[in-house]
Amino acid sequence: MTATESGVELRSAASPAGTDQLDVLESEAIHVMREVAGEFDRPVILFSGGKDSMLLVHLAHKAFWPAPIPFPVLHVDTGHNFDEVIEFRDAVVERYGLTLEVASVQDYIDDGRLSERADGTRNPLQTTPLLDAIADHRHDAVFGGGRRDEERARAKERIFSLRTAFGAWEPSRQRPELWNLYNGRHKPGEHVRVFPLSNWTELDVWRYIQREEIDLPTIYYAHTRDVFARDGMWLTSGPWGGPRDGEEVITKSVRYRTVGDGSCTGAVESTATTLDEVLAEVRESRLTERGATRADDRLSEAAMEDRKKEGYF
Amino acid sequence: MTDLLRLATAGSVDDGKSTLVGRLLYDTKSVLADQLEAVERASKSADGEPDLSLLVDGLRSEREQGITIDVAYRYFATPRRSFVLADTPGHVQYTRNTVTGASTAQLAVLLVDARHGVVEQTRRHAAVMALLRVPRLVLAVNKIDLVDYDEATYLTIAKEFRDHTAALGYGEDTVVTIPVSAKKGDNVVLASDRTPWYDGPTLLDHLESVPVDGPDDTAPFRFPVQTVIRPRSAEYPDYRGYAGLVAAGSVSVGDEVVVLPDGQRTTVEGIDRYTSALDSASAGDSVVLRLAHDLGIARGAVITAAGSAPDPVTEFTATLAWLHDKPLTPGRRLLVKHGTHTVQAMITAVEDRLDIQTLALDADPGTLEINDIGHVAITVAEPLPLDDYDTVAATGSFLVIDPQAGDTLAAGLVGRPLVTTPVDA
Ligand SMILES: Nc1nc2c(ncn2[C@@H]2O[C@H](COP(=O)(O)OP(=O)(O)O)[C@@H](O)[C@H]2O)c(=O)[nH]1
Ligand SMILES: [Mg+2]
Repeated sequence: MTATESGVELRSAASPAGTDQLDVLESEAIHVMREVAGEFDRPVILFSGGKDSMLLVHLAHKAFWPAPIPFPVLHVDTGHNFDEVIEFRDAVVERYGLTLEVASVQDYIDDGRLSERADGTRNPLQTTPLLDAIADHRHDAVFGGGRRDEERARAKERIFSLRTAFGAWEPSRQRPELWNLYNGRHKPGEHVRVFPLSNWTELDVWRYIQREEIDLPTIYYAHTRDVFARDGMWLTSGPWGGPRDGEEVITKSVRYRTVGDGSCTGAVESTATTLDEVLAEVRESRLTERGATRADDRLSEAAMEDRKKEGYF
Repeated sequence: MTDLLRLATAGSVDDGKSTLVGRLLYDTKSVLADQLEAVERASKSADGEPDLSLLVDGLRSEREQGITIDVAYRYFATPRRSFVLADTPGHVQYTRNTVTGASTAQLAVLLVDARHGVVEQTRRHAAVMALLRVPRLVLAVNKIDLVDYDEATYLTIAKEFRDHTAALGYGEDTVVTIPVSAKKGDNVVLASDRTPWYDGPTLLDHLESVPVDGPDDTAPFRFPVQTVIRPRSAEYPDYRGYAGLVAAGSVSVGDEVVVLPDGQRTTVEGIDRYTSALDSASAGDSVVLRLAHDLGIARGAVITAAGSAPDPVTEFTATLAWLHDKPLTPGRRLLVKHGTHTVQAMITAVEDRLDIQTLALDADPGTLEINDIGHVAITVAEPLPLDDYDTVAATGSFLVIDPQAGDTLAAGLVGRPLVTTPVDA
């Protein structure tokens, strides 16, 4: 018998542990956030209103309680938003008393600094406004919600990841990251991307959201929506456009696993209206979060790596 | 016993580390359909089987050159345990990444190619594991298919490895050797009938059942202060808490503590984890301590158990694993980051350097170059409350940082944690 024919009963890429493991992950993430508060002058949290960035805000709240979160939040707004997500973003800013910075892709398109791509996708256009906002606000540490389980290039990312003055990630020159001693030294103009959720899996995130009763935008739960199929994903119509010729609009029960630019974030068919049901789906999924829902990562073998090298999230 | 095992793989280039990790993921069904599809699309293997190494070699230059450049972290789980796996590169110039992967590992899987046996990189990696006190080792004698599943070849390699690791201080029961073929799957997840002479566990069996040493909460209490929490709000006008991660040991409300380096004594009045007030906290917990007295404590202080506080020092001996292309220049101004405190430092002398082959210590090498391990004398500008790495690893470790470029130059371990018995090479 060869190993690949095995009938062994094994679970998918997920952590089966009890709450212990979530405590370990939470402690690690909080430790990382407090290191940043201790070592940097002008940190910022990237906040899209999506679940991973909401997790960052929640963890920051816990890390510094009863003091307020000592970081502003930065939203790189593609202009292709889901209304629910923007409402949610503003409610969170209000609830935690945060300062919101917005870098608007639309502004860049309107004044000609960026031009719309032929395919209408704006995710790759976020890099310039992001890097400009970091430079304008002189942010020296930028928290992102990236996780190593998302994608192969991300699997190589350090928790403290140095970016050059051009915002570039240089994978072959990454610093060794030893024990839990993080090195945040950087030269003027450089900044450090910080990923407190590095060691979380998608399932950990959902289990933690359940345990902590964290609010999310409603589009993460199943709802009926008019969608059309493109590249094997269910896209929805919006300011970014709609179905092309031959793409038929149908009404389906769907939910989103990630929230990004509306033009390239797909919904998955789902009837999971509660957290328990979402968790059950995540446990059984045979597709990665990004593979299922992000057209931008399917562009090429190295799509994410290339965008990261240019300074993307 | 915890249900999470952190492990690292190491070995020399082309020994099959990435393939082995890919095999583990594949045979534990941890590979999701779109990842596998991507690998199948990219596979160039002649025999038509998917090249499983592509599951972990994620960077373009890695795929183009067919090598691993940086540590890839992978997460997988079986019904018995969850795993965080660091796949580290084999090339000598990327040894710093092996050190990165090993610094948090509870177990290391070292690979050798059965056709070549134990080579210099195997010895180097085993020494790195011993230095960092990775408690357990597995030797995977890979590509056993290419030596026709020959028992004698396996036994010779296993013996050589055991001799070497014994000389590095590993006890008999902390080292396991397994004949495997990452490519064909023998003894990785499923026992192979092509090695009838081997009756030990498969690699996965072993990973699932090996005892895991959790954080040491019997060690003396150590708590480097990360930041001071002072809301000064209407609701909490007088709240003052010291935030940090318990690095070692445990602490309870009412304990007497000493704050270093100044040495003031006080008692723990409260332990907060967000809004919950705890009775105690132990290694690995991120908490906030409230103390009976306001001592003007800031980031960089270390709160320690009263009975076992180390004397802060400005001069000490340490073991360094040098990780940077730029060699060590004694007398140059450097930085040392210990816990949450970064201080100016100078390496005043390089006492000796480990010969990876013979495990002998060569005296007065003058410098340490990339991948060297050696003992040095260090002077720091402010007193540091250090522990020996072999007593309390969390407060016995530090980084050596270049003050101009900001690069991490070396992994530092207080004292001489690596005890070797020189062997005939
Ligand atoms: N025949 C055989 N080839 C193997 C085995 N494991 C790996 N290889 C091949 O050895 C080469 C190097 O493997 P790779 O996993 O990239 O090695 P790494 O540099 O240690 O990560 C590839 O061509 C693999 O297909 C094995 O068990 N048997
Ligand atoms: Mg490799």
